[in-house]
Amino acid sequence: MHNKSVAELARDLDSGQVSSVELTRAFLDRIKQEDGKYNSFITVTDEQALADAKAADEQRAAGKATPWTGVPFAHKDIFCTDGVRTTCGSKMLENFVPPYDATVTANFCQAGAVCLGKTNMDEFAMGSSNENSYFGAVTNPWGLASGNKRVPGGSSGGSAAAVAGRLVPAATATDTGGSIRQPAALCGVTGLKPTYGRVSRYGMIAFASSLDQGGTIARTAEDNALMLNVMAGYDRKDSTSIDREVPDYTATLNEPLKGLKIGLPKEYFSDQLSPAMEEQVRNAVKEYEKLGATVKEVSLPNAKLAIAAYYVIAPAEASANLSRFDGVRYGYRCDDPKDLMDLYTRSRAEGFGNEVKRRILVGTYALSAGYFDAYYLKAQKVRRLIQQDFINAFKDVDVLMSPTTPSPAFIQGEKTSDPVTMYLEDVFTIAINLAGIPAMSVPAGFVDGLPVGLQIIGDYFSEARLLNAAHQFQQVTDFHQREPQ
Amino acid sequence: MQWDIVIGLEIHVQLATKTKIFSGSSTAYGAEPNTQANAVDLAMPGTLPVPNEQAFRYAVMFGLAVNAEIERRSVFERKNYFYPDLPKGYQTTQLERPIVGPGYVDIDLSNGESKRVRIHHAHLEEDAGKSLHEDFHGMTGVDLNRAGTPLIEVVTEPDMTNADEAVAFAKKLHSIVTSLGICDGDMSQGSMRFDVNISLKPKGEDELGTRTETKNLNSFRFMEQAIAHEVERQMDILEDGGSIVQETRLYNGDRDESRSMRTKEEANDYRYFPCPDLLPVEIDDSFIDEARNSLPELPDARKARFMEQYGLNDYDANLLASDSKLAAFFEAAAERGKDAKLASNWVQGEFSARLNAEEKSVAESPISGEQLGDLVVRIADNTISSAGAKKVFEALWTGENDNVDAIIDSQGLKQVSDTGALEAMVDEVLADMPDQVAQYQNEEDPKKRKKMLGGFMGPLMKASKGQGNPKLFNEILVKKLGG
Repeated sequence: MHNKSVAELARDLDSGQVSSVELTRAFLDRIKQEDGKYNSFITVTDEQALADAKAADEQRAAGKATPWTGVPFAHKDIFCTDGVRTTCGSKMLENFVPPYDATVTANFCQAGAVCLGKTNMDEFAMGSSNENSYFGAVTNPWGLASGNKRVPGGSSGGSAAAVAGRLVPAATATDTGGSIRQPAALCGVTGLKPTYGRVSRYGMIAFASSLDQGGTIARTAEDNALMLNVMAGYDRKDSTSIDREVPDYTATLNEPLKGLKIGLPKEYFSDQLSPAMEEQVRNAVKEYEKLGATVKEVSLPNAKLAIAAYYVIAPAEASANLSRFDGVRYGYRCDDPKDLMDLYTRSRAEGFGNEVKRRILVGTYALSAGYFDAYYLKAQKVRRLIQQDFINAFKDVDVLMSPTTPSPAFIQGEKTSDPVTMYLEDVFTIAINLAGIPAMSVPAGFVDGLPVGLQIIGDYFSEARLLNAAHQFQQVTDFHQREPQ
Repeated sequence: MQWDIVIGLEIHVQLATKTKIFSGSSTAYGAEPNTQANAVDLAMPGTLPVPNEQAFRYAVMFGLAVNAEIERRSVFERKNYFYPDLPKGYQTTQLERPIVGPGYVDIDLSNGESKRVRIHHAHLEEDAGKSLHEDFHGMTGVDLNRAGTPLIEVVTEPDMTNADEAVAFAKKLHSIVTSLGICDGDMSQGSMRFDVNISLKPKGEDELGTRTETKNLNSFRFMEQAIAHEVERQMDILEDGGSIVQETRLYNGDRDESRSMRTKEEANDYRYFPCPDLLPVEIDDSFIDEARNSLPELPDARKARFMEQYGLNDYDANLLASDSKLAAFFEAAAERGKDAKLASNWVQGEFSARLNAEEKSVAESPISGEQLGDLVVRIADNTISSAGAKKVFEALWTGENDNVDAIIDSQGLKQVSDTGALEAMVDEVLADMPDQVAQYQNEEDPKKRKKMLGGFMGPLMKASKGQGNPKLFNEILVKKLGG
């Protein structure tokens, strides 16, 4: 049962082969048995889940089922859940219970889905290895047999590991610089970062507001489509969400790919990429050619500036976004503050982890008087150039393809000493956030027994096309179905 | 040494929207602390701002009223600083592209001249909450009811040269925003708050001196006092050969003292940057046209109309036109009373004095403009004397009776204007006062004679039981006494 997709489980529920309560119990048991190895959950909400499952079974019996009614899944612990603690991976919010739902959370509730808990993540979504969680690192289900504990990627490492470990068929995630795609790639699952503005950010704890986007992680492209059907749409509570019709993303999954024009950005097939990785990615592209697609090389000349621009803009926004965590109204407060300044400095010094502090410092610096023009404004100009590169590329091709990451999952602790090395993990994903376009990571092979992700990048609001391309690939490959040993 | 005083103002005007600028919480004043603060106002994680269209409409109306250009693409910035009553750790405000561009306001000076004060810009922003330092025993209470209330901050050019001009401008601005209905104008509740920038320079010098900013003055009187205080403070320093420190100061009106709050060196680096949660707000022609069409009559236009329509002089017209509620009250009284000058006198005299004495606003007045108009009718047609009119006013005010004629009847205030009866009374009184009559007739100085006439009025009023028409008594007296 745990190997079934959302679509399959929905069919089983529909046919009455299984009840939501049974399904929920089975997955909760599995989390209990297996998650000791992965640490992919921060909070498991057994009681609530079983109550929701019971309600879902009643809904279904009453003939009021959606494709999600009674299907178990999990939320990244960045989405606020009314009455359920939401930590964002931080000591700062260790005991924070929001009195409201994120729009994404509310949408899944509305659809009747059964949330089993909140998945682990890098603190405030800052990280590429899930080693920055106050609740402990997450271990990648892949590669455990070799005796090495590997990272699942980050920041949505808990969601990716939980899906790869078959603890849930699907989990929500967020992506600011690669936080869906990179962990999806490293854990051998399928993830989608939608167009900026496609999914409401309301109730999704902000890291960098102009880059953050909620998205999906599941094993199959079809399940990603089912998730996006629930998540996408205009929300008047988020001024940056876009009022544009939401298609049924499952409706076009089976469109043939004949004539699809694929561009390979030459900058993304550089020396940073190991030959073994490159081989896997090129093999995947060959599969597309077999499906009738044509391939050409394209250039994104400003792509090399993406990491630098990102590490000015994202920390700058974060430095302001995280000011609200001041120990005054909610969240962590230091013991016995002497005065206001002591309350602020110690609450924040004790409540935030090192990577968060590092980014607050970087962002504060970049916005400071005398540096603003040289850093923040310059980075915004670079951002527009990068955006223009993609716009130009999509004049010639339908989608771009590249590796998602330069290398497969690395061993825990390997990159923690040097933040810049860690930042380079996102070298192929980060420009996409700066441009605001959608992209997916799809399992596309293995190197040394570890999953390799193929990144498929599309123009604004081309999620349906990306899902279609991923789904067709998954009809002729089985990388996404392989189970970690 | 002679000095030129240079004054510029920054004025925070709370907009009278029902809900906050970025959330749906009520903006009503005076609720229990923290009962009007929702998840957005509390800056709970993941919450986002949603702009309130009405705040934009009000800001545009203000811009049009002060002859300013409206910015078509209005951008919000974050102004970063930590304070317990600032929940997000930044204030959402406008820096680079404020909604209201340069404009101006004309003010009337006490010498009868008019002066133009330029407005540099006005921007939309959110108010902070309140920190309460009393009643918390070494701690600070935070009330976030006010957090997120929409404000426009109006920034003038340094065009004012003394406290009178600054106060005249402040009053004019108060008059404009209350006439527009975009602010309730209640300064005791902080609906308008003034920051005053002051510098001095040697008389005739072009280069401006170092300025200080005195913050958060919430009455015209405190503003006037604070300016006088600060001008004197700076003058003392400069005349002693010292120099002014650029700083922000706080003025204590009760003690007429000020102290430094922070110097330029201690000032925060606010690290402004565009708020990524809010897209630039595009304001199109139709929105501006709609706002323009909804503009009510503004004080300047109203003043001109009062002079034209009611024949009021400049001073009276200005005074009545500057407060929209007072203006409406006056118009009701004048229309009903058919004597605008008399209505104007009563509105500015008895009525205003009574409001002041009881610290009431026009809206809280127990009598209506129409009632005062009825009273004016009876004064104008000589039914009652001015002394009688005061008694009628009193009865109206206390609610004893709401009908002017009924009061006149029940209190027997109707004047006797029957000349025959009055002449008889005069004859009787003059016969009783031969010495005074002789004294009067021997006096040559017309001024003194006029004064002496008053000596007969008391006995005459007594003889008529207060009901004799004083004007007629006067005429008869003059005639009988022989000029």
